[in-house]
Amino acid sequence: MASNFSIKHQPGFTAIAATCFVVLYLPIIVLVIYAFNAASSTSEWGGFSLKWFQSAYQNTQVIDATLRSFQIGAIAAVLSTIFATMAALATTRTASYPGLTFKYAAINQPLMVPEIVTGVALLIFFSRIKIFTGYSGIGYLVAAHTAFCIPFAYLPIRARLENMDLTLERAAADLYATPWKTFRRITLPLLWPGILAGLMLAFVISLDDVVITEFVKSGGQDTLPTYMLGQIRRGITPEINAISTAFLLLSVAIVTLFFFVSRKRD
Amino acid sequence: MPDKPDRNAIEVVNVSKIFGSGEGQVAALDKVSVSIRENEFFTLLGPSGCGKTTLLRLIAGFDFPTAGEILLYGQDIAPLPPFKRPVNTVFQSYALFPHMTVADNIGFGLEMLGKPKAEIRARVAEMLKLVKMEALAGRRTGQISGGQQQRVALARALAPQPKVLLLDEPLSALDYKLRKEMQIELKRLQHETGITFIFVTHDQEEALTMSDRIAVMSSGKILQVGSPWDIYDKPADRFVADFIGETNFLTAAISGIGNGKARATLKSGTTIEATVAEGFQPKDEATVVVRPEHAKLTKDKGDLSGRVENIVYFGTDTHIHVHLDSGEAFTVRQQNTRTAGCGFERGDKVGIMIGDDAAQVLRD
Repeated sequence: MASNFSIKHQPGFTAIAATCFVVLYLPIIVLVIYAFNAASSTSEWGGFSLKWFQSAYQNTQVIDATLRSFQIGAIAAVLSTIFATMAALATTRTASYPGLTFKYAAINQPLMVPEIVTGVALLIFFSRIKIFTGYSGIGYLVAAHTAFCIPFAYLPIRARLENMDLTLERAAADLYATPWKTFRRITLPLLWPGILAGLMLAFVISLDDVVITEFVKSGGQDTLPTYMLGQIRRGITPEINAISTAFLLLSVAIVTLFFFVSRKRD
Repeated sequence: MPDKPDRNAIEVVNVSKIFGSGEGQVAALDKVSVSIRENEFFTLLGPSGCGKTTLLRLIAGFDFPTAGEILLYGQDIAPLPPFKRPVNTVFQSYALFPHMTVADNIGFGLEMLGKPKAEIRARVAEMLKLVKMEALAGRRTGQISGGQQQRVALARALAPQPKVLLLDEPLSALDYKLRKEMQIELKRLQHETGITFIFVTHDQEEALTMSDRIAVMSSGKILQVGSPWDIYDKPADRFVADFIGETNFLTAAISGIGNGKARATLKSGTTIEATVAEGFQPKDEATVVVRPEHAKLTKDKGDLSGRVENIVYFGTDTHIHVHLDSGEAFTVRQQNTRTAGCGFERGDKVGIMIGDDAAQVLRD
């Protein structure tokens, strides 16, 4: 027996690990397989076909919801990343003071408050504004998504800032760089991988959101996830599988892209 | 370079730096005053926590004094931010910009000063040559060795031709051989550029070999300022004598003070002549220091007598530790030769001859 404890050598470890992976991935694999089903069932195999992908592609509601998801996601990701960058700079480029921990908590609030609570709160709050202003566009969705994406963008940016050598900024100031030039030429380029990570994470989180979107959206403002939810209520066809599969591929693509971009930058 | 030994590049006037507030207050610098001359290699020497780095940071502008003035050629720079001071720093960690090439790092200061591109290019080339790094101009700073990074950091700080160059323990990360090389290199650079260097170190040997003048610091105060020779041979107080090199402390009765000299009667009864530290307040009994290499061991009666306690061989010399009859300890350093041993053995009864002009009376 090795003198130090190793979880890997405990009885049942392999079995538990294997079970976890199966539970995690088997349903997804089944979902992907049935996206290629020629029959209109999600449980009986009727041969290989791409017809559900084609049908999804020709479904204007799907395309419409997808585009709206991308639009909201892109705007919310950019906005939340800008806010998160500012918040990260303000909370790391300072000596610790009483109340700083509270600010971390306030910034990360959306991670802790149940989404359903935020959803209901926003529904009530925005309905008032709608009455006052008469505006009912996707601005509300963008605002809501921006708000809950901020902590996701904030975390990688703050991690990057905390690992950055403060002496570098001092050295720039010593070499006649004004605070703004120091930020532009030193801090921002070194922070870039963190910002990109934050941006992609925020985009994916926005793309995926159901609960808050469901409460905030007005009629005809379905995003892809809320559209899918609506479809499932009326009975599932492999078209949902096809959409999910495409969605999955997109997420994997974004995460992979991010991985390579951030690795190259380091 | 014309010598203008009387001009002061930096004058630190009554500077205090207090960290924290209320009960937890710590004075990192306590009413420090010192003048640093133009073109000189000036060293701030002291153990960690003595305030030397704090003083350097105040001159650089990374921190601001609680009280006092810092004059750069007569102008008070203490309230200016670092980017408005014609002073550059070589950082202990080098702090090279990892996303830029060696050449871009060196040119950064000039670029920020808004110099024309052609001038920057010429100056960068000149700097690369000065630190012998021409071949690596296009490399990223992560792709060069520690010694090379050190040279780039120097070139980057020298490129804008600062009025004063600050060096914060820049050699501490290098191995012994490279450090020796860089010590000579730094002296050369200081000589060639004619820029005033303020060097911070805790390494007394480094300070002695490189500096024109040294300020020895402890607990936020400057204890003594002088040439390496002054600091080594005429230490002002116990801390300085103890911190620089090895020394012997003897208690003596002091009489006949005058002209910087006095007569010191040792516990053995022998009276020797000694120089007196500046600021010495006349008193009956004081501490006298004698360097181990300024005393000789004899088999006859000397100024002091005792018994050999230990003999330690160091290659170039041998240290012989003697337990004096007065109860004090005394070490003699004897140059080695190839032929004979040191000539003494443990337990030998010996005498110690103190050389002429070898003793210094401390002020505390």
